[in-house]
Amino acid sequence: MSPIVIFGIIIAVAVIAVIALYNRFVTLQTRVAEASSDIEVQFKRRYDLIPNLIETVKGYANFEQSTLQQVTEARTTAMNAEGFQEEAEAQNMLSGTLKSLFAVTEAYPDLKANQNFLELQRELTDTENKIQAARRFFNANVRDFTIATKTFPSNIIASIFGFKSDAFFELPEGEAAAKDPVKVAF
Amino acid sequence: MSNLYSTQSSNVWKTWLLMSTFLIVVMMLGWFLSYYYNSYAILLVAFGFSMVMNFISYWFSDKIVLKISGAKEASKQEYYDLYTLVENLSITTGLPMPKVYVIPEEAPNAFATGRNEKHATIAFTTGLLQILDKAELEGVIAHELAHVKNKDILLQSVVVVLVGFVTLLSDFFMHSMFFGGDRDSKPHPALLVIGIVLLILSPFVATIIQLAISRKREFLADATAALMTRYPEGLASALQKITAHAQPLKKANHATAHLYISDPYKEFDRNHKEKVGFFHKLFLTHPPVEERIASLMGKK
Repeated sequence: MSPIVIFGIIIAVAVIAVIALYNRFVTLQTRVAEASSDIEVQFKRRYDLIPNLIETVKGYANFEQSTLQQVTEARTTAMNAEGFQEEAEAQNMLSGTLKSLFAVTEAYPDLKANQNFLELQRELTDTENKIQAARRFFNANVRDFTIATKTFPSNIIASIFGFKSDAFFELPEGEAAAKDPVKVAF
Repeated sequence: MSNLYSTQSSNVWKTWLLMSTFLIVVMMLGWFLSYYYNSYAILLVAFGFSMVMNFISYWFSDKIVLKISGAKEASKQEYYDLYTLVENLSITTGLPMPKVYVIPEEAPNAFATGRNEKHATIAFTTGLLQILDKAELEGVIAHELAHVKNKDILLQSVVVVLVGFVTLLSDFFMHSMFFGGDRDSKPHPALLVIGIVLLILSPFVATIIQLAISRKREFLADATAALMTRYPEGLASALQKITAHAQPLKKANHATAHLYISDPYKEFDRNHKEKVGFFHKLFLTHPPVEERIASLMGKK
C-alpha cells in the first residue's frame, strides 16, 4: 500500500470519529434540554394548583393571612424568575412556603376534613415528588453531558465546537435526598 | 463483564435466536411427520404454524402473559399510591409511563412484560401492595422498571409463549402416553414418536430458558433499581418480606415463573410436590434471595 492510501485511510477514520463525537454531543445536549422542559411541565402544574388551594383555605376564618401572602408572593417570584439559577432558587422558596402552609393547616381540624383541601394537598404533594423526580432525571442527563465534555478524547471535540457543561446546577433538595437515604422513605 | 448496555444488545440477539430455534424445532417435527405420512402438506402446515406462533409471540405475548396471570388494569383513582409511584419513577429514569396492572392474589409478587419501552406493562399482586410500605414498594417498582429499561421484557415474554407452548405439548403427550385411555388400546405410533421427541427436547427447552433468563439479569435489575431509588434497603426488605410469605402463586406455571420478581414456587409447595426436585431444579430461574439481598446491601 502506498503511503498516500494509508494517509487517506487515517484521515477518513479521523473525520468519521469527529462526526460521531459531534453527533453524540448534540444528542446529549438535546436530552438535557428535554429533561429541563420536563421540569417546567411540573412547575406549570404547581402554578395552576396553588390559586385553588389559596381559595379553599381563605374560606376558613382567621387563617393566618401572612402564610397565604408568602405562598402567593413566592409563586409570582417563581413565575417571573429568569435564568436557571434564579428559577431554581425561586422554586425551592415556593416549596418551602407550601411546606409551612401545610404545617399551619394542622391546627385547623375543619380544614383537614375538607375533601377539596385534601385533594389539593394530595395533588401538590404528588407534584412536589414529580419535580424531584424530573430534577433527578435532569441531573443524570447533565452528568452524562458533563462527563463527555471532560473526558478524553471527546473533550477535544467539545472545546473545538464550544459544547460547554454550563447547564449544570446545584440542587439543595436533591442533594439532601441523595445524602440522606432515610428521606426517601417518606 | 456484563453491564447494562451489553445485556441490552444480547437480549435482542437472544430473542432472535429463540424465535429461529422454535422455527427449526417445529420444522423438524413437521418434516418427520410428513416423511412418516408421506405428505408435504404437513411440512407446510408446520412452517405456517411456527411463523404464526413467532408472530403471535412478538405482538401478543404481553397480552397472553397478563391473561394467564389474571391481571387487571389499575386506575389512578383506585390505586393512587401505586400509580403515582410508578409515574415518579418513570420520570426519574426517563422512561415512558408503563401500563399498571394489578393481580387479585394473596401471594406477594410482581412482573414486567411488553415488547419495548413504549409498550410495557408492570403488574403487582394485591398481596404485595398490602404487605409492603412505600419505600419497599418503590424498590419493587424500580426493579420492574429496570427490566423494562434493560430490554428484558420482550425476551422474557416471548419465552413464555414459545417455550411455554413446547412445555404444554410435551406435558400433553407424556400424559396421553402414560396415562391416556384404557390400557388395551396402544397409543398411535406417530403420537408415541412425537411424545418421545418432545421428552428428549424438554431438557433442551429448560436449557434455553436458563440461557435466556440468565440469573445475572435479576442481579442486574436489582442493581439498576438501587441506582434509581438510591435506597437499596427498600428493595432488600421487600425481597425479605416476599420470601417470608409462605404462599405459592396460584396462577403461575413453569412457563411464566421466570417473569416474577421472586420465584413463585416455594420449596414446600404441596400442589407440585412431585415436581419439586429434579423438575423444579431444572426450571430454577431465580438466584437465592439471600444472595440478592447480600449484594444489594453490599455484603458480598
